Amino acid sequence: MKQAIQKKVAQFLGFFALRVCFYLVLAVLLLFLYDIGRKGGGAISWEFLTQAPRKGMTQGGIFPAIFGTFLVTLITAILAVPLGMCAAIYLNEYASQGRLTRLIRLSIRNLSGVPSIVYGLFGVILFVNIMHFGTSVLSAGLTLGLMTLPWTITASEEALKTVPNSYRDGALALGATKWQSIRTNVLPYAVPGMLTGTVLGLARAAGETAPILFTGAAFFLPYLPKSLGDQFMALPYHLYIMATQHHQIEQVRPIAYGTALVLIVLVLGMNMTAVVIRFRLRRKRR
Amino acid sequence: MSDGTIPSKIETKDLNFYYGPARALKNVNIACAANRVTAIIGPSGCGKSTFIRTLNRMNDVIPGTRTEGSILLDGKNIHDPDVDVVELRRRVGMVFQKPNPFPKTIFDNIAYGLRINGLRDRRKLEEVVEKSLRGSALWNEVEDRLDENAFSLSGGQQQRLCIARALAVEPEVILFDEPCSAIDPIATAKIEDLIQTLKRSYTVVIVTHNMQQAARVSDYTAFMMLGELIEYDRTDKIFTAPAQKLTEDYITGRFG
Repeated sequence: MKQAIQKKVAQFLGFFALRVCFYLVLAVLLLFLYDIGRKGGGAISWEFLTQAPRKGMTQGGIFPAIFGTFLVTLITAILAVPLGMCAAIYLNEYASQGRLTRLIRLSIRNLSGVPSIVYGLFGVILFVNIMHFGTSVLSAGLTLGLMTLPWTITASEEALKTVPNSYRDGALALGATKWQSIRTNVLPYAVPGMLTGTVLGLARAAGETAPILFTGAAFFLPYLPKSLGDQFMALPYHLYIMATQHHQIEQVRPIAYGTALVLIVLVLGMNMTAVVIRFRLRRKRR
Repeated sequence: MSDGTIPSKIETKDLNFYYGPARALKNVNIACAANRVTAIIGPSGCGKSTFIRTLNRMNDVIPGTRTEGSILLDGKNIHDPDVDVVELRRRVGMVFQKPNPFPKTIFDNIAYGLRINGLRDRRKLEEVVEKSLRGSALWNEVEDRLDENAFSLSGGQQQRLCIARALAVEPEVILFDEPCSAIDPIATAKIEDLIQTLKRSYTVVIVTHNMQQAARVSDYTAFMMLGELIEYDRTDKIFTAPAQKLTEDYITGRFG
């Protein structure tokens, strides 16, 4: 009897602690969003979203930064998504699971923990200097792509692992080739998970500053990038400048908050897209 | 086998199988008669599942394994370099221990094997799907819900779906790897009846740890232990007058 009560109390306390942790995290997130929303909401207007900065960036909008972020994220995606998915398929389905594969997998996991500034400097050396792409949206996109690759590979591999082996064996036993079994009986069920992980990785890349700092992002540009060799403005870097580097820091504070809000909405939007993709594809399969 | 009148469809000669250094099959010689049911029985870990998976080379997908000796399908060694393993697996179908429907519609499950072999004609597909489902005694239960997901079927129905899926590619041999171990007794009875019907058109090999099942469905029974074939004979002989003491001890339940 006494023991039964003790067990119930222990369970109650356990759940209570878990619930407190959850609400604490949620509260921090909401507080954060509320603060940015309150301070940045006033800056948002049609003009703010569609115009270039004016008068030494004290007025006008942030359109070049939004455009630049989209462009650089697109280049990131073009590099990281197909390459990451293919690498994951190879690692999980084809590579013999020996010591070398384990080492490669471990290295990939470790690469996803490398600080982004290291990728930034690596990008300068590889893309800007050695490959002569210059400080450009291409160099920045490729740098972000490299940074995102370990994430997309890992996420895609995890998604592939959730597909039961019985689907693979079942297909093989019916006379499917290995590729047929993967293409028709593994990938369709792994793709939602792969896409989710990939979009989350891209959302993270879109918000990064350090990798684009030396590889192509510009302090201010009066024009939009016309080719992949041009420099570009980007939301996170613009925010950094508006928050810390501008000579009239108090005056541009609303712009900084507005930029932060747009960036957050963009990243949250991408994350929501991932959720929607996953949900849609799942429902289609059931 | 011993009556000598029925030709063997698939037979192993001095078959050895290794998982890394561990020898899982030791010089196994079994000849499975055409259009008969051959049951493989034995305690857990005796190598019966390993044995049946060598017959369609499903063990090939497990890294670090090795096969020695020969496996003859219609007299042709399936390990010969000119044998296409994909074609082999189409000829030697397999039904797994746990029902493994694909998360597709019932129709698409059955049509899967045909589609990967390039059949696109809808009318022909429908024809084969119906024939296969009739062949696995499932048609009456699913004819008006072919577009539903296969997961909506019960466990026993799922297993018959997997049988139908195997039938659809018109194999010559069907391997059953403990097909009833994950389903209830009524569904088991249906599958046992089905196996009796199937042997008219196919050669059947079934692994089971249920001795009554072996006695009910099979014409020949092989008793294996620790990777060795202890005894192989007509089922009635194995269950009434086994030649080996070990076989007798096992079928009378003295160990298992």
